[in-house]
Parts: sequence; structure tokens; C-alpha cells
Amino acid sequence: MVSVLDKKLLRDMVRLWAQALAIALVMASGVSTLILAVGAYRSLEETRSAYYERYRFADVFATAKRAPEFVERQILEISGVAAAETRIQEFALLDIEGMEQPATGLAMSLPDHREQRLNRIYLREGRLPEPGRVDEVTINEAFAVAHSFKLGAKFHAILNGYKRPLTVVGIALSPEFIYAIGPGDLIPDDRRFADLWMSEKAMAAMFDLDGAFNSISLKLLRGAREAEVIKQLDDVLERYGGTGAYGRKDQQSHAFLDAELNQLKSMAQVIPPIFLLVSAFLINITLTRLIALEREQIGLLKALGYRRFTIATHYMKLIVCIAFVGILIGAVAGTWLGQGLTRLYADFFHFPFLIFQRGMDIYAIAASISIATALAGGMRSIYTALTLPPAVAMSPPLPTHYAHLGIEKLQVVKHLSQLTIMAIRHIIRWPVRSGLTILGIAMSGALLITALFSLDSIEFMIDTIYFQADRQDATLNFTQERPVKVLQEVEHLPGVLAVEPYRAVAVRLRHGHYHRKLAITGKPPGADLSRILDRENRPVELPQSGLLMSERVAKLLHVTRGDMVDVEILDDSRGQGSLDATSIGTRRSTRRLPVAGIIQSYLGLAVYMDLRALNEMLDEAPVVSGVHMAIDDSQTDKLFAAIKGLPAVSAIALQGASLAKFHETLATNLTIMTTVYVVLSVIIAFGVVYNSARIQLSERVREFASLRVLGFTKAEVSHVLLLELAMLVIAAIPLAWIIGYGFAWATVQGFESDLYSLPFIIKTDTYAISALVVLGAAMTSALIVRRRIDRLDMIKALKTRE
Amino acid sequence: MAARKTKSKSKAKPDIMFKVEGLTKVYHTGELDIHALSGVDLTLYEGELAVLLGPSGSGKSTLLNILGGLDVASGGHAWFRKDEITQLGERELTRYRRDHVGFVFQFYNLIPSLSARENVALVTEISKYPMKPEEALGLVGLDHRLDHFPAQLSGGEQQRVAIARAIAKRPEVLLCDEPTGALDSKTGVHVLKALTSVNEELGTTTAVITHNMAIADIAHRVFHFGDGKITKTYTNKRRVAPDKVQW
Ligand SMILES: Nc1ncnc2c1ncn2[C@@H]1O[C@H](COP(=O)(O)OP(=O)(O)O)[C@@H](O)[C@H]1O
Ligand SMILES: [Mg+2]
Repeated sequence: MVSVLDKKLLRDMVRLWAQALAIALVMASGVSTLILAVGAYRSLEETRSAYYERYRFADVFATAKRAPEFVERQILEISGVAAAETRIQEFALLDIEGMEQPATGLAMSLPDHREQRLNRIYLREGRLPEPGRVDEVTINEAFAVAHSFKLGAKFHAILNGYKRPLTVVGIALSPEFIYAIGPGDLIPDDRRFADLWMSEKAMAAMFDLDGAFNSISLKLLRGAREAEVIKQLDDVLERYGGTGAYGRKDQQSHAFLDAELNQLKSMAQVIPPIFLLVSAFLINITLTRLIALEREQIGLLKALGYRRFTIATHYMKLIVCIAFVGILIGAVAGTWLGQGLTRLYADFFHFPFLIFQRGMDIYAIAASISIATALAGGMRSIYTALTLPPAVAMSPPLPTHYAHLGIEKLQVVKHLSQLTIMAIRHIIRWPVRSGLTILGIAMSGALLITALFSLDSIEFMIDTIYFQADRQDATLNFTQERPVKVLQEVEHLPGVLAVEPYRAVAVRLRHGHYHRKLAITGKPPGADLSRILDRENRPVELPQSGLLMSERVAKLLHVTRGDMVDVEILDDSRGQGSLDATSIGTRRSTRRLPVAGIIQSYLGLAVYMDLRALNEMLDEAPVVSGVHMAIDDSQTDKLFAAIKGLPAVSAIALQGASLAKFHETLATNLTIMTTVYVVLSVIIAFGVVYNSARIQLSERVREFASLRVLGFTKAEVSHVLLLELAMLVIAAIPLAWIIGYGFAWATVQGFESDLYSLPFIIKTDTYAISALVVLGAAMTSALIVRRRIDRLDMIKALKTRE
Repeated sequence: MAARKTKSKSKAKPDIMFKVEGLTKVYHTGELDIHALSGVDLTLYEGELAVLLGPSGSGKSTLLNILGGLDVASGGHAWFRKDEITQLGERELTRYRRDHVGFVFQFYNLIPSLSARENVALVTEISKYPMKPEEALGLVGLDHRLDHFPAQLSGGEQQRVAIARAIAKRPEVLLCDEPTGALDSKTGVHVLKALTSVNEELGTTTAVITHNMAIADIAHRVFHFGDGKITKTYTNKRRVAPDKVQW
């Protein structure tokens, strides 16, 4: 049989449904962000590691100009190496019918008569190219989807200077290209970048690399020391034009995915706790007051002889019921959103399969935090009511002792109505309660800022990169370094308005025991297309000697302006392909250069130096790796056609296309995330204001009824409550801005990686939006509560008390 | 505690139900202390119907609350039969209220979310020898209102539900704080009838607070209160039936 107390519980739930739901929704917001963020993070992490495991993603990667096959055996002898896979890989410009701009492909050889040992591809459809077939290709799925290529589709590629027709025989994915980005691009564009897998024999013939390879990947034994292996591998490959081996952390796809996962993790570490804490805090204050209203009933139950424990349990059940509804909604919404988010990421990254990782622990953590905070909130009031002697608990609270404001004599105050003074006195009379309500409302506004500011930061970043720093229209990458006279050739291409060369050299920078493999980019003096910006985002000139490096690099190397760094040159074209005995055993050349300044760069590990100085440092005739161009929009068709016929060009990056893609990607990924967080913040804002207004009303129902009896109009009576609410909300807004600023700052810290760092920008609009949303939520809940005041039954309210 | 005595036996030589000696109660409210009770002595006998009379603020409720274990005294002693209430801790007070005392308050204090029957069941569920809720409601003449919620009942009906709730556990004492205070005389009579019949039929020792002199006529004995003290005590030679009372 259901006890009467339990019946009371049920009916209380029904009576309080609106408030209970508001509290439950706030709680659900906290719970769902945690489950969503952690769920997505874990699913992707799990998917990635399963993919890596099953398809044998390598640990160490290296390229060389040309290494004979026997070198592989030499490498396998390096201690710690478990397996090796060699191949030929080259960039190729692609000419696709119906697409004006050239695309770029990375052509890679597949072993002809055996399985791949490492970086195995996942064949989605079709087959691998037949051994020796120069016209067959297996392409990556994303590229196929972007062009609606089916098996049998055809396109052209410029392979080693020859334009060849290729037929798609298979569609595949690879753990090496979960995140696939074209050279020079900032964001993946599946239409303009392809992975091409071809027969080894065919590629050896095309690139004149019979019996040799130019790319090698290694799998290490458990416990092997990666740095040691890399060092030895570099030593082996040095005379074959090795450009410096690197581990997973410098492998592009892995690094990007890692950065993204870290970001997701930091979001899971920063945002849900904030939501959870805020919701816990709100639940705490709301339940405290809700239970305080039950004081008389608690007193009565005591008078009737119920034990404290029984009464406490009864109210705890009420709280647990509310919490349970919240947790349930939160868990369902969080799971659903988490899967959506995982899919979204899986679309952006290319996984052949997805593993949804749930883990009961997260649900358990979210549920226990919610229940604990709810109980903590409720228990305080229950305890207070329980410790009062029943006679006291049951009698109406003594008339509150209000204080004079001390400002009544002021001229302005004399114009205020008694009702306004009532509202002001009430706020002042309960400073802690008013303060907590202000804090609660401020928190919801702060969450909005936390949710919205990343759009501001990214917008600022885009503007800086595309319109302040890299202002070129296109960038050509050459297959290998070219003498500077290539500039004139490019300048004469149709539609080219201006050219600006650059040279990228792979180096390892050292400072003490800190070191990092990265590229130094050499730029000509007065570079105006691609500019370097200082930390205040003003363009700076390159010094004639020394390096300019981004804050991130300076931080990694622990250097400041004026320090000296060792530059170990990895990309030394002098030794290229040489089997000259004299070079055997020579160490790589190393220079010492000063850090001439620290600059701003949101992307990658940027280090710059003067192009002339760079060439001189390498003791070379002036060469360039590529050219930035300004182009005439009306002539792009002719220009692209001309470029498609240039054998020296391996890739072209287009700023316009890249920018558009950037916006498109943001529009999906970030907007969805932001929308979710914004919706949750709105729920929280509404929940706080609504509950605080409802409780105010219950607490003061007699006062309001008396006012009505005295002849005040409904509007006048609402005025007291609404005015008070308005004052609290207005006080909350500046506080929301301050707290939001802090939350946003904490979030930005979690975003920083070697690949990009987010500028910390909060636009005025964001502050304004957060204020407006809070005001809107406050107004909506105020209107709902006002309707209740209008329907106030004064007789009933007065009948029960003197 | 002592076993329940029958009415006939109490007539012969009534046992003492409550004994109070020098009871004081001080409320500390910020600036000044309020002496709600300043030395009260009284004895209540088993089966007696006592009325406490006096102006508002004279300490009647405070005394009743202490006798009922709802509040604690500041000084002095009070016994319920052999047990000193003023010595009981929170836990024993709860037991005491649960097992021996029924309360009726001026403002009924029903749980709004429970029906009449359920409000009574709230008590019967936790008592040892309860009546059926229906029976208790029958005693106060509310058999036809079992499933109504407080909001659907008149003031007098709500008060009778409160009485039914108080008597349903067959308490030894029934403490009523201005049970008719919020009612008109006609409905008030219904409530008084319910009280006297409970007193007569169940032999429940009953204390009723009122500031209505007329009501005092239904009592066996009357205590006058003034300024936290008992100023006068007298026994009614002739009791008046509740329906003869006018105010
Ligand atoms: N909880 C309390 N806090 C402060 N003073 C109280 C409290 N309860 C009663 N009093 C004061 O004690 C005095 C006696 O009150 P009470 O016993 O309720 O009087 P009565 O019931 O006779 O009207 C009154 O002056 C009243 O204001
Ligand atoms: Mg009183």
C-alpha cells in the first residue's frame, strides 16, 4: 500500500510540476553537456585507436629523395623497429573535368605482390590497381564523394610532368589520412585534395625510382625510444636526401585529429563542469527556498508525531524525484547529442567505422553530482525546518524586520511610490538571497558568453589570417626547389598581378634540451602579399638576420627575444640523391641564430627569416619552394589551365576556396555546438529567473493578497515583484559579463595546440546577446508569474493566516 | 506510561494527567525579551474538559504548545502523568506527541494536497491503536466528505477534519488552540459538539483555548490567563451543552 506521505509526495510533484520541471531542465542541461562532450570525446578516441590498431598505423615516418631498397634492411636493424613499409609518394596536380581549379593529389605506391605492412588502406569499394597499370587508381572516399566519382570514373593527373588519364578502380580510406589537407591549405577541402593509390611498379616507372623508395614508415616495438629511432633513421637516410624523420605527433592527420580531440577533451573538461556547477548551484538555491516554503508542513508533521528521519526522507524523496527527472532528460539528450556530435566529427574526419563509447561511469558521475548537489541544497532547509520546535515552525514567520533605507529623505526617493520602496527594502532585507539570485542569473549569462565567444575568436582569427597576414589569392608549390628565375615565368602566366616567392626548409630548432622539428619560411624583404604580424597584429618587417618566431614556438623552446637557437638543417638539397662517399658520416650542418622577435601566428609552428639570409645560410644559389600570387579574378580560367600544364607545380592553394571552406566547416561544426550550448544556457537563465520569481510569489502571497485587499490594482501588486526581479536581473548582467570573460579565458587555454591557437576575442555583440537573452528569459518568466499574481485569490490567501 | 483508564473509574478518583509548576517561557527577539509565561502552576485531571481563557498574547498558546511537546520551556517543570515533559529530548518528545497527544489548531493546518480521509490517515498510519479514518471522520459528522480536499471544504468542515485527525489515534489528551477562532458561531457549535462528544465518549482529557467567554461554559473547569500567568481558576457548577452556546 502506498503510504499517505507518498501520496502527498506525488501530489506535491504534480502541484510543483512547473517549478520541478524548470529545476529538472537546469539539471538536465548540466548532465547532458557532460555526457555529450565526454561521450563524443571517448567515441572518437576509441574509434581512432581501433582504426590505428586494425590498420596498423605507423609510429615513425620519413621521406627521402631516393633510397635504394637495401636501405630498408638497414633500417629494420635499428633497435626498437618492429616493422617497416616503404613506398614511392609524389604530389600531382589533378585536372578534373568540370572543375576549373586544379586539384592536388598525393600519389602513393601500393606493394604489388603482398599485403601492406603498415598504414593499411580500408577498401570500401572496388579493388586495388593491378600491378604495373599506370592508368588505374584507388582514391580516397572523401574525394570520391566530393566529385560523385563511382568506380570507372576518369580524371587526369600530371605525374612527373606527364598528363595521364586515370581510371578509378577502388575507393578506400587510410589511417594516415583521417584528416586530409592539401599542401598550403588551412582547412580540408575534399574536392581539391585526393589520396591516390597506385601500383608500385607503375609508380617506379613513372618517377624513375626502380628499386628505390622515397617514403618509409616504421612500427616500433613496445617500449622503444622514439627519439632514438628517429635519430638513427635520420642518420641512415641522410645520404639519400632524408628530410628528417618524425613521429606521430608531427604526422599531419594524427596531429590535427589529436588537436581536435584535445580540444574536445578540454571542452569536456571546462564546459560541462561549468554547466554542472552552475546548475548545481541553481538547484541548490532553488531547492533551499522551495523546502523553506514547506516549513509549516514540516512543523505539522512533527506535531503529529512523525520522526525527523521520516520527514527528512519524505522531502529527500521529493528532491530525488526532481533530480531523477533531470538526470533522465539530461542522459537521453546528452546521449543523443553526443552521437550527433560524434557523427559530425566523423564526417569531418574520415573514419571507415564509428565506435560509440558510452561508459556508465559518466552517467554515474553526472547522476551522483546532480543528486548530491540537489540533496545538499534541500537538506539545508529540511534541517533548518526540522530543528525548529514544531510550534515555531508552524506559526507564520514573524513579520520581517525591514530597515529604513537611510535614503528616504533624498529628493528622488520621495518621488518613489511606497510599492517601489517595498521592492527595494525587500532586496536589501535579504542580501544573501538577493546576492545568490543575482549570481545565479549572472551564471546563465556567463555560460552564454562561454558558448558564443569562440565564434568571435574564430572570426577574428579568419580575418587576421586571410585579410591581414596571408593576403595572396593563390600559392603555388613546386615539386622541388626552383631557381629564382622561375618567378619571371610565373609572373608571365595569364592573370597574374603580383608574385612573391618563399622558401620552406625543414629544420630542427634546439635551445638547451628543448627541440622541435619544424619549417623555417624564408620571405623576401618588403613582402606584401603574405605578411608577418606582430603580437598586436601589425605587419612587421623581417630583420636581415635572425629568426622571427610565433609565441607558441618560443614557448616550446623556452626562448625569448635575443636568445640564440641552434638550427639543424634537415632539408639539405646539396646531398640530394648523392651516393658520394665523402658525404658518408658527415653530420648535418648546424647554425646558430638569434631570436630577433616574437610574432603572432594562430596556425602551426611559424618561424620566419629573410629569404636571402636563408639561402646564404644554406650556401646555395637562390632557390624558392613556391610562389604566392595575386591574381586577376576575370582570368582565372586561363591561369588555371596554364598551371595544369606546368610540370614543376605540385600543388596550388587557393585562399578564396580555402576561406569559403573554412566558413562552411565552421557553419556546421561550431554552429551546432554553439547552438546546443546556447539552448542550454537559455534553459538555465529561464530556470533561475522563473524559479526565483515563483518562490518570491509563494513567500509573499499573503503580502500581495493584503495589498489587493487594500485596493491596489493587479498591475501595482505585480509591480512590486517585477520591479524587484528587474533590479536583480539588471544587477546580474555586468556580473555575467565578468564571469563570462573568465570562463571564456579558461576555455581558450584548453584550445591551444601546435597546430593552432585561438585568439581570445569577445565581441561587444556577444556581451549584448548574452544580456538580451537573459533579459528575454527574465521577461518571459516574469510574464508567466504575473499571470499568477493576477489570478491571486486574496480571500483564500488571507483566510489561512491572521 | 500508564495504561488507559476508563471514564467511570476516573469519576471516582481522577488521576492527574498534567501537572505544571513554575513554568516560564522567554522568547528572545532581538532587542527585547518577551516573557510569554512567567511562572504558571496548574493541574489537569484525567477525563477533564478544561478551557483556557484570556486576552490575546497572554501566553495560552505557549502553555499548550509546551504541554503538547511542540515547544520547550525556559524554566519550571511540567509532567504528563509520571513523565516530566520538560526533561524530554527531541526524540522522546516526538514519541510523546505520536503516542499520547492530539492537536487541533486555529487554522486547521491540513495538508492541502491530501484529502480529508488521507489527512486523517496521515496520523493513523503511525499510531498504535488507531481508529479507521472513516470512523474518526464519522465521529465529527463528516462521513460524506471523505474524499474532498481541504480547498473544497468550508472552514468548519476543515476544522472537524483536523479534530478527526487529532482523535483518530485515540490520544489521551486533546489540545485545541482556538479551534473556533476562525469560525462563525454556527459552524463553531459543530466543532464544539465534536469536541465534547469526543471528551465524553472516549474520555479524552481535553484542553481548549479560547478568548470567547461564552465557550467557557462547556468546560468542567476554566483557567483565566493574563500576562503569562494564571489569574483565576474556577469549576463550572452547571455545564452548558455546546448547542446552547451563543456568541
Ligand atoms: N515564536 C515567538 N517568538 C517571539 N515571541 C513569541 C513567539 N510566540 C509567542 N510569542 C509572544 O509570546 C507572547 C504569548 O504568546 P501566545 O502564547 O501566543 O499568546 P496567546 O496564545 O495567549 O495569544 C506574546 O507576546 C507573543 O507575541
Ligand atoms: Mg494563541
